[in-house]
Amino acid sequence: MRDYVRTLAASAALLSASMALAQQEKPPASKYHQDGLVYAELSKAPQKARAKRNPLRGDPDAVAAGRNLFEQHCTECHGDLAGGGRKGPSLLVEQVQNSEPGTIFWILTNGVVWRGMPVWSKLPEPQRWQLVSYIKSLGVSEPVPSRGPSPKP
Amino acid sequence: MSVAVFRSALILFLAPLLFASLPGSSLAQENPYIIAYDHYLEEPGNLEIEYFSTFGTQRAGNDFHAFWMEFEYGATAWWTTEFYLDGQSTFGDSTVFSGFRLENRLRILKREHFINPVLYVEYENISGADKILKEVEGHDVQKDYADRNAALREEHNHELEFKLLLSGTHKGWNFTENTLAAKNLSNNPWEFGYAIGASRPLALKASAKRCSFCRQNFIAGAEMYGGLGDRHSFGLHDTSHYVAPVVAWNLPSDWTLRFSAGFGLNDNSHGLLLRWGVSREISGFGSMVKNLFGGHR
Repeated sequence: MRDYVRTLAASAALLSASMALAQQEKPPASKYHQDGLVYAELSKAPQKARAKRNPLRGDPDAVAAGRNLFEQHCTECHGDLAGGGRKGPSLLVEQVQNSEPGTIFWILTNGVVWRGMPVWSKLPEPQRWQLVSYIKSLGVSEPVPSRGPSPKP
Repeated sequence: MSVAVFRSALILFLAPLLFASLPGSSLAQENPYIIAYDHYLEEPGNLEIEYFSTFGTQRAGNDFHAFWMEFEYGATAWWTTEFYLDGQSTFGDSTVFSGFRLENRLRILKREHFINPVLYVEYENISGADKILKEVEGHDVQKDYADRNAALREEHNHELEFKLLLSGTHKGWNFTENTLAAKNLSNNPWEFGYAIGASRPLALKASAKRCSFCRQNFIAGAEMYGGLGDRHSFGLHDTSHYVAPVVAWNLPSDWTLRFSAGFGLNDNSHGLLLRWGVSREISGFGSMVKNLFGGHR
């Protein structure tokens, strides 16, 4: 029994360490709002992906369904109104809203794994397009973030 | 029942209730597999708490109910770590705590590909009475589980297990293949096993209304798993194999229910392994813990 307790304690310590690491890896919320580099991943979408058309464009239900999906899967990181949260950047900026639907679809499919955004290919393609429809329907409503880190005061 | 067993049972049954009461849950979109793994990891900072039951039939012995609690934490978007507590009741015998497991899954590739590899490393500290059958490896056969718990608990297994998970999703279908190699840290040979699975949501488009019974909330499929012998006798002889239809119901109220009926494919297999599980995802668990210890909001 003593062995169990020791190993359980070691396991708990490892779990705590992984949590601490997860916390350290995330940039603070302010960085997302001030650092335009966070949107650089959009420019990495290949031409073939960018050229994809949203097959649900014009579908009146797509935005409503996308909104439901956004509330279920995305608000935790990107905020209730997509204006950015503690873990994810705003989606209301020009860089996102002026991107082709195919680019946003590509980001959803591939995630930005090393920066903390998981892949969302577990959502079937039509659901990812519904999300794209919703995100694109939001429009630009925030100032364009500056390129590069903000100067120190 | 000893104090230790009573405490273990208390943890197993009260923990899900305690964690279910935590705020900040988010809807999971879980595949229905219970044995096979796909390449999707836990979202970073989220904790998923799962409880699973397995009712198994036993030839020349008493049937059993094995159960486990699983705590799955997304350390990063490419690393998920899990902790398991196992137990079992053998009918007409006793209820025992049968050990724990610590598991890590690491995503290798940065982007999504046709096939996505994930490395899996697990440490097990379990007794011979462990009957959750979370994986079948080597020459595991049903008669190994026929003894009484008192005799089975004499055996202790410290085991390292490695898996290569290969999984891809195409047109709504997920296909996955897991290859397993396990080494008991005593002087036993490497043992091998496999699991394969396929699943698909019943509808690919989401409904414009939030609903519990919409078809997109149900994901159905099948999985198959079994042993492949060991280093000295690799192959299918003296191994057990199972095939199981599986279904998951992802509820908008943040719960996921899974059900699976596994059928043994040869005389070395248990005739029936009836499994069900319930899970809930707690989003932002890492931040909650940080705040608890003085981190600022």
